[in-house]
Formats: sequence, C-alpha cells, structure tokens
Amino acid sequence: MKHLLSAANLSRDDALQILDTAAQMHDVQRREVKKLPVLRGRTIVNLFFEDSTRTRSSFEIAGKWLSADVINVSAKGSSVSKGESLRDTAMTVAAMGVDGLVIRHHASGAPLQVTQWVDAMVVNAGDGTHEHPTQALLDAYTMQQRLGDLAGKRVAIVGDLTHSRVVRSNLILLRTLGADVTLVAPPTLMPSGIANWSAAEGFSYGYDFDEVLPDLDAVMMLRVQKERMSGGYFPTPREYTVGYGLTRDRLRALPDHAVICHPGPMNRGLEITADAADEARSLILDQVSAGVAVRMSVLYHLLGGAEA
Amino acid sequence: MSNHNTFLIKGADLVGGGRQDLLIKDGVLAAVGKAAPKGATVVDADGLVALPGLVDLHTHLREPGREDAETVSTGSAAAAAGGFTAVLAMANTSPVTDTAEAAERVFDLGRACGLVDVQPVGAVSKGLAGESLAELGLMARSRAGVRVFSDDGKCVHDARLMRRALEYVKAFGGVVSQHAQEPRLADGAACCHEGELSGRLGLPGWPGVAEDVIVARDIMLARHTGSRVHIAHVSTAGSVEVIRWAKAQGTAVTAEVTPHHLMLSTSRLEDYDPTYKVNPPLRPDEDIEQLRTALADGTIDAVATDHAPHARHDKEHAFAEAAFGMLGLEQALQVVNTVMVQPGLMTWQQVADAMSVRPAEIAGLAGHGRPLAVGEPANLTLIDPSATVEVDAAQSHSLSRNNPWHGEKLIGQVQATFLRGRATLLDQEVITA
Ligand SMILES: [Zn+2]
Repeated sequence: MKHLLSAANLSRDDALQILDTAAQMHDVQRREVKKLPVLRGRTIVNLFFEDSTRTRSSFEIAGKWLSADVINVSAKGSSVSKGESLRDTAMTVAAMGVDGLVIRHHASGAPLQVTQWVDAMVVNAGDGTHEHPTQALLDAYTMQQRLGDLAGKRVAIVGDLTHSRVVRSNLILLRTLGADVTLVAPPTLMPSGIANWSAAEGFSYGYDFDEVLPDLDAVMMLRVQKERMSGGYFPTPREYTVGYGLTRDRLRALPDHAVICHPGPMNRGLEITADAADEARSLILDQVSAGVAVRMSVLYHLLGGAEA
Repeated sequence: MSNHNTFLIKGADLVGGGRQDLLIKDGVLAAVGKAAPKGATVVDADGLVALPGLVDLHTHLREPGREDAETVSTGSAAAAAGGFTAVLAMANTSPVTDTAEAAERVFDLGRACGLVDVQPVGAVSKGLAGESLAELGLMARSRAGVRVFSDDGKCVHDARLMRRALEYVKAFGGVVSQHAQEPRLADGAACCHEGELSGRLGLPGWPGVAEDVIVARDIMLARHTGSRVHIAHVSTAGSVEVIRWAKAQGTAVTAEVTPHHLMLSTSRLEDYDPTYKVNPPLRPDEDIEQLRTALADGTIDAVATDHAPHARHDKEHAFAEAAFGMLGLEQALQVVNTVMVQPGLMTWQQVADAMSVRPAEIAGLAGHGRPLAVGEPANLTLIDPSATVEVDAAQSHSLSRNNPWHGEKLIGQVQATFLRGRATLLDQEVITA
C-alpha cells in the first residue's frame, strides 16, 4: 500500500495491523515522554484546502510524536479563484522534497488526483463528500476496544449519508472487518443507486430507525449539516429528530451493551440527545483520543513501516 | 504541372453510388464515373469511402475571448482534419454572439481562414442571461445569415422565454437549439450522472430526468407554437423516448447526439479524471445503447461533436472545479465508424445523412450536405474505414488537449477533405490557404 486514499485500499490484514499498532501507539500516548524516533528525518506536509482544526492537529501531533518534521500548509478557498490549479499547488509543495502529504480537500477525489502528479505518499484526510479513511479507522478502533472483534457485530450508520465522507469509509472498513452494516436515512439523504450498491457490497439499508435499533451492537450517528435543512431534504428539524434522532426513547430500545459513536461535531438535540452523547456507552470522547494513535499508526505503516 | 483546383479522385466508394472516379474542377464535381483529364492532381482513393463533407451542428471555437484554448483558425484546422466542411460555432464566447456584429465577426474570421465554413450560432437571450431575447432578427438578416439560436452551455429554462423564442424565429425559418437541463434538478458544482457511481464517488449527481423534463416541455412548446425545436446533445434514454413519441405525432423536433455520449460510459469517472467531465454528463451503458438505437433508426437526426476545447490549466483542478467539455472534431467520424458502422448498426449512407445531410438541412446551409453528383459543390470527405488508429492527443490540430480518446484504438482514418473544390486535408495533412 503506497497511499491511503480510501478505506478500500486496506485489506483485512492491513486494517488489523494498523489497529494493533494503534493500540501500541495509544500506550505511548500515556507515557511522559511521547516521542518515538521512527520517522526522524522525514517531512510530512498537512496540505489543507479546507479548515479542520481537529483533523489537522491530530495529524500534526501524530507526525511530531513519531519525530517527523510536520509543516502545515493552508490552501483554503477555491484554488480556481486563486488562479492556481490543484496540480500547480501539489507540484509546488512536492517540490519542497516532502515524504508524505496529508490532504484535506473540499472536492471529492482531489487526493487521488494528486497522486498522479507527485511521488510523495498521500493520506486522504477527508475529500468532499467522498471518504475519510482515518476517521473510519479510529471509529473501528474505539468500537473494537469496547466490543472486541467486530466480525459479526451489527452496526447502524444513521443520518445524512449522501453528504457524509465518514459513511463511505466506515461502510467499506466495517465490511472489511466482517461487521454487518445497515444504513438508515430518509430517502432524500440516501446515496443514489443505493439498491445496487448494497447488493454488490453486502450491506443493508432502510428508512426505519426503530426497526433496526433492538438488534444493534453499535450505532453511529452522523452530523446533519445546517444547510440541508434549507435544501429541502426534510421538512423540519423537529420531524428529523422524531424520525432519525437518537432520542431518549430510542436509547431505551438500544441494547445495554451497544455503543454510540458520532464523528463530531454534534448537533445536540437534533441527531442526538444530550443524554445519549454523555452516556457511559457513548464513545464520542474515546474517538477523539484514539485519533492521534490511529494516525500515528497510519503514518508509521505508510512512511516508516515499509522496511520493517 | 498539376492544377491545385483540379483533382481526380480515383476509385472511391461513393455513398450510394458504388466505386467511382470523381473529378473536381472549379469548385464543383465536374464528373462522376470514368474520367482522366491531364493536369489533375490524382488522389488514390482505393479502399476509401467518399462522403459529402461533414457538417457539425455544435462546435465551441472559443474565439473571441479564450484564444488560449482555441481560435477560429485552430478549430477550423481540427474540423478539416476530422472531415468537416462546415461547423456551427456556439454563441457562448466572450463577448457572447448575441448581435449581428458579433455574428459577422465570427463568420468573417471563418471565411478568412478558409478551411471550413464557420457559421455562427446566435444566442437566444442577451448575454446568455436567460432573461430577454437577443436580437434574433438582426442576426438572421446579417451577412452571417444566422438560422440556429442557442444559449448552449445553459438551458433556456424560463418556459415563457422559450416559447417567445420559438415563435419569433418562425419569421425567418430559424430553429432554437436547446441545451436541455432543468437547472434546479442539476444543482451542484460537480457533474456526474446520478446513479450508483455518483453515490460511491461522493459526487453530486445530475439525474437524467433533468434533461428529460425539458425535452418534454420544449416539444410541447414547439407543438403549441408550430415551430421547430432542436435538442442538443441528447444523452438519456428518457429523452429518446419522448423524441420518438413526438416524431410519431408529427412534431417538428430534431435531435443530435455526440460521439462521446455514443461511446463513453459514466464508469470513466472512477478516477475523477476531469478529461471526462462533460455537460451533459457521460451516462450508463443502458442510455448509450438507446442512443445508438435512436441514431440508427433516425429518432436522433444527427451526430454533433460539442467540441469543447479547454486550456490545460482549466482542467487540472479537482473534478468538481474543472471545466466542462471535451474535444470532438477530429475523432467524430472515427468514433461513429467504430461504434456504429463496424458493428453493423449503420450504413455509410446513414452516416452521410447523420453527419452531413441532416445537419445541413437543420441549420439551413444550402451548399452543404448535398449528394455527390455532377454540378454539386465539391464538399467531400474521404475516409479509410478499416485502418486502426491509436489516438494521440499530442497530434491534435486543436490548441487544447482535453481529448477523451487519447490512447484509445479507433477504427478509421480521415484521409482527405475538400471544401468547394479546395483540398483542406490531403494525406492526413491540413492544407492552409
Ligand atoms: Zn451544451
């Protein structure tokens, strides 16, 4: 594996190995001296075309704890409006002699396009409404910590599936790890062609949250973007919450052992009640803390682990 | 000494006429059959098919405004290389072709270049803004004699404006060519057919129905006004169904399909390669099959290229931000040969109809799309129908390189083109005046 552009780049063995290493990295995080020397002399550029403090800091810390030199480049705003093409920007950054590029872009597919122009290793840190593979890895990591092996576990992903980069990566990775996945959303927020897609990839989908709830081991709630509300995807926030929110009633219907995930930031009261977010079985803060460990593992495997 | 205006084309397969010699003299076909005049330049056409010169209803030449992507001159060379003798230049230039003066300027640039007749298309609305009619009548009365009007690149989505345009052009035998795409249904910056692939790729989908509903609406408007409507670049099975129905009712609708919509499916977008970003988007195989059937049975009248050159830097963006469009003039006939003629879906006579006769009729171009017969203007094209050619985008006459067939093996090679008796392409070489 040269790049991590999609969760589909990970075989089951790759994924398990990354999750194993992440557990070791997680231990390092608890030490007083957190540095590992494995990426000394390597340069990683966080090339962010879109703001995301959380993801950028997480990659930055991960790189630094592995002793790499990490540089943040903000290329915010449309490259078109600045007159520079994506190719120009990528080539300029690559010409500085970087080993790894961590790319966040507002357009789907941009990190993949960049791999055609530069030699550096590329990690997709979120592209448009396409994928966010390290988020899926950290979700899988936190779920696995609580539930054990994910093979055969039942996971529902609920919310704005069409516009979520998280759902595509999670769906692919969870299937790779053997979980049973169900996607739940109103039909207006279901990705197009879902019937063929679900048949081809072996997951299920539906419009009724309550129907799947009692059988779940994990539920992943997705953020609903405010602009979807004016976009006519559903009538009102109130109606959305009644149909697809993780409400108090639904919390009661969820099995006791089941865990709750949310990639954040949350709209408390819309897709998730405050109670649910703060419950003992909510993994939301664990997800954040696992982020650095998982990204250390990814950078290590892509940039340092090849020779090992 | 050979005479530059006298050519003897030896042993070509004439569409509908068998193997013949053609004598070109003083701009017309002087003899068809055996002829051996002294001093003529002899063109060995053994194994070649002779077609009336091709007419493209839908070309973007970019001049004025984007001469870094294409000029009338480079676009004309690409057209001649593809076997065309006339092209209709779309109005979405900068400034827009929405006045008589603008139309005459494009017309004159084409005549000065002399490789192909450049016939300007006039905008339907001022500045392509979709709000009020451009000076359709003045463009029609101008030296350019505009007959085709289109806001191409944009849909005339206001039903009342479309109705007025259809009514108004009846006065001078004009036709409105519609870029059928309901803008509210095709919302979003990216462009990918709405379906499983757009879902997986996370690209905003443009559903086929956004085209179908405008085609249906405009057909009803054409019927109501008793006018002619032409549907540009039909891309969906739904549109085909509606057009087929309308023709059965006797409605005056004509339609075109592009070479890329006949050959390339939406699966080309899997790597987010902006070369394949085009408007309307590439569609799935089911649509392609219906488009081929409709072209073969005459439901779709014409093949038009939608030749859309773009400077390299306008395509080297993230997919959602890259420019729409692909080149088309140079490979159009090869593509039609590859996907329609070779598989037995179309005869060469049908190709002549779809790429020359019908487009010339639709656009009202009197000197083009004529049979290859004595006394007719010598506008013709010779193609070797069996050569297999690997397309190399670097070899293009266009200023741009956004060629979707780069690296593709296509069947057929255009060998020569004649415009009013002058060779504009000979032995695959473009001959400037
Ligand atoms: Zn168009």
